[in-house]
Amino acid sequence: MTSVLSPSTAPSGHRVSPPPGGRSFRGRNVNASPLRGLARGLGVFSLGLGLSQLLSPDELARKAGVDDEPSSRALIRGVGVREVIHAGGLLGTNRLGFWSWTRVAGDVMDLATLGRALQGNRGRRRARTATATAAVAGVTVLDLISAVGNSMAQDEGMGAGGLHLTGAVTVNRPREEVYRFWHRFENLPTFMYHLESVSITGDRRSHWRAAGPLGRSVEWDAEIVDDRPGEYISWHSMPGSGVVNAGSVRFTPAPGGRGTEVRVQLTYVIPGGKLGAAVAKLFGEQPEQQVGDDLRRFKQVMETGEVLRSDGSPAGHSARWQMHQREAQPLPSRV
Amino acid sequence: MRANCWMGRNRVEVQDVPDPKILNRRDAIVRITSSAICGSDLHLYDGYVPTMERGDILGHEFMGEVVEVGPGVDNLQLGDRVVVPFPIACGACLQCEAGMYSACENSNPNAGMAEKMWGHATAGIYGYSHLTGGFAGGQAQYARVPFADVGPLKIESDLPDEKVLFLSDILPTGWMGAELCEIKPGDVIAVWGAGPVGQFAIASAYLMGAERVIAIDQYEYRLRMAREKAGAETINFQETSVIETLKEMTAGRGPDACIDAVGMEAKHRVKPLNAYDRVKQAFRLETDRPHALREAVLACRSGGIVSVIGVYGGFVDKFPAGSWMNRSITMKTGQCHVQRYMRPLLAQVERGNIDPSFVVTHRMRLDDTPKGYETFKHKRDDCVKVVLKP
Ligand SMILES: NC(=O)c1ccc[n+]([C@@H]2O[C@H](COP(=O)([O-])OP(=O)(O)OC[C@H]3O[C@@H](n4cnc5c(N)ncnc54)[C@H](O)[C@@H]3O)[C@@H](O)[C@H]2O)c1
Ligand SMILES: [Zn+2]
Ligand SMILES: [Zn+2]
Repeated sequence: MTSVLSPSTAPSGHRVSPPPGGRSFRGRNVNASPLRGLARGLGVFSLGLGLSQLLSPDELARKAGVDDEPSSRALIRGVGVREVIHAGGLLGTNRLGFWSWTRVAGDVMDLATLGRALQGNRGRRRARTATATAAVAGVTVLDLISAVGNSMAQDEGMGAGGLHLTGAVTVNRPREEVYRFWHRFENLPTFMYHLESVSITGDRRSHWRAAGPLGRSVEWDAEIVDDRPGEYISWHSMPGSGVVNAGSVRFTPAPGGRGTEVRVQLTYVIPGGKLGAAVAKLFGEQPEQQVGDDLRRFKQVMETGEVLRSDGSPAGHSARWQMHQREAQPLPSRV
Repeated sequence: MRANCWMGRNRVEVQDVPDPKILNRRDAIVRITSSAICGSDLHLYDGYVPTMERGDILGHEFMGEVVEVGPGVDNLQLGDRVVVPFPIACGACLQCEAGMYSACENSNPNAGMAEKMWGHATAGIYGYSHLTGGFAGGQAQYARVPFADVGPLKIESDLPDEKVLFLSDILPTGWMGAELCEIKPGDVIAVWGAGPVGQFAIASAYLMGAERVIAIDQYEYRLRMAREKAGAETINFQETSVIETLKEMTAGRGPDACIDAVGMEAKHRVKPLNAYDRVKQAFRLETDRPHALREAVLACRSGGIVSVIGVYGGFVDKFPAGSWMNRSITMKTGQCHVQRYMRPLLAQVERGNIDPSFVVTHRMRLDDTPKGYETFKHKRDDCVKVVLKP
């Protein structure tokens, strides 16, 4: 491999050739992809648009220059219902590809409607309709990008019969310290909210208890499989324990003294029956998101000592709370 | 306690709410002696910032007396007089270590929400929507201050509140706006917006050695303040074309740096252009109206700097990317990293180089906050800055 930086032009003291073995990286974490963000963003957008269409159809009809048709108000209300449904699909489910396609279909309908209005209108009204049409056309492009991308992503998501979750975070603490904290498995519930407790039962053994649905908890025994101080820990559930699962965490130094990169993998086998249903619910609606939340809290605990709480999110960072914010007011004394 | 709560678009109410409590080890509770209404609060009031909840306590510019500290705070004593910076910052993450406090990685419990909207999350901010954490604000009698061992600035002198209150936000913000311009001798700086933030950006630009500072706004009384108190030359954008006038004033060069101190609710002189962005905003096809930003890019000399301290929330349309790229313009921006500037600016105030109280035009009781919002929003009664006394 030859370097584009010749030694004579490189600033002194800097590396003059790139490290060998650049590689292509194919991310696993579908949740974190920008396309997913785009789809969710379009969901928020649908919600805003849908609500305003439901609540003030007259104003929107006027702004879009379609206010002289008696059917406009009903049409706009109908479109409003459609947008709210899209928002529900994009924000509340994981089938982002599908729901993005429904938005594309909706855009095509809107463009057709506005196109008819454009033919009929004159002057300023025509200008207003033209503006709205241009805007919808712009959004259609975004919808298409989201639909294609998320459909592709969905195909590689959750494997059959199991949850395979990954996440990564950079922690601004030395590698040994980060490793040591994680290695004390009793610490895990301080940032992994699906866990109620972990207790050490032997040299490499531990007992885990997680909060299942309806107040029932699920439990299992685990043992450490591989333990390389400062670098890597892996564990799995003991043969015969009800919940079959495995996990690993890898610690690598972040470049340039930026702390420690922490990469986690968790796999839970989902059996049939009641137990399977309980395990499947451990990580809620958006499992990858929960692992992301866990790691964010882990970072907070390592860097600042504890999980930060706010009035809107009194339990600290958690995707579930973010969907149901309470108002930013102190909690009443009795809770 | 009494607190000013957001109750929906164009509606705030002063209500009785529970007193704040210590929730984290590094918290403090502050009894507020002064707080203020900011241009950023108007974006919330006007309903352009998503993720507000009915009942949210507003306010991010406040100071007061420490009345309670958590076990993890060892640098503050009960009775200390403190000014609280508006970004909440942990002091320990990579961003905080780099002095980028408003991008703190640990102070926003709703970081996941912010990531969806912005790609990455930012710091928590008091009383400033749930995207920035859902923290109760300081237009109230008391406030909880997280990471109190990092943020609050102790005031040991007996300077009155009005001279130090704005260290919480707008003085550092105006200062940072000018600092981003990398001012060199001979530089001409243009500032869009002669609100409180713009006024401090003008004053700061002069302190950093700018040759001329030109202020742009539509309110004559604000432009008068910019001329008389901050020393600017002025352009009223309702009367003339800003870009042409700036060219004329700089003999064709254009300003060396432009500061946008207006943000997402900019007005445009030409009615249809104003209407264009209003419609798109109403349809939620863009969230922000970027007239000042567009103009700042187009007006700036080639190779110059556009410093954006006016707040934007979501997406803008018709951004002049061609002008920006082809003319080698640098854009710099950010919510102010207040913690970085508080101490040096307090020293400037103590030495008498800046007296920030010149922007205060209205003093009100906390109970009159709703009237304060209306007066400030509609720029009635020559309003520049409202200070609230709980
Ligand atoms: N970056 C930060 O950390 C930070 C901190 C505080 C405030 N802000 C932001 O700074 C901005 C100004 O705050 P403020 O308190 O001075 O608000 P303000 O409402 O008092 O002032 C805004 C001024 O901009 C003027 N204006 C509107 N359209 C204009 C245009 N096209 N050209 C020139 N001027 C125009 C208005 O007439 C008004 O005088 C707001 O967006 C606010 O959110 C940012
Ligand atoms: Zn402010
Ligand atoms: Zn931080």
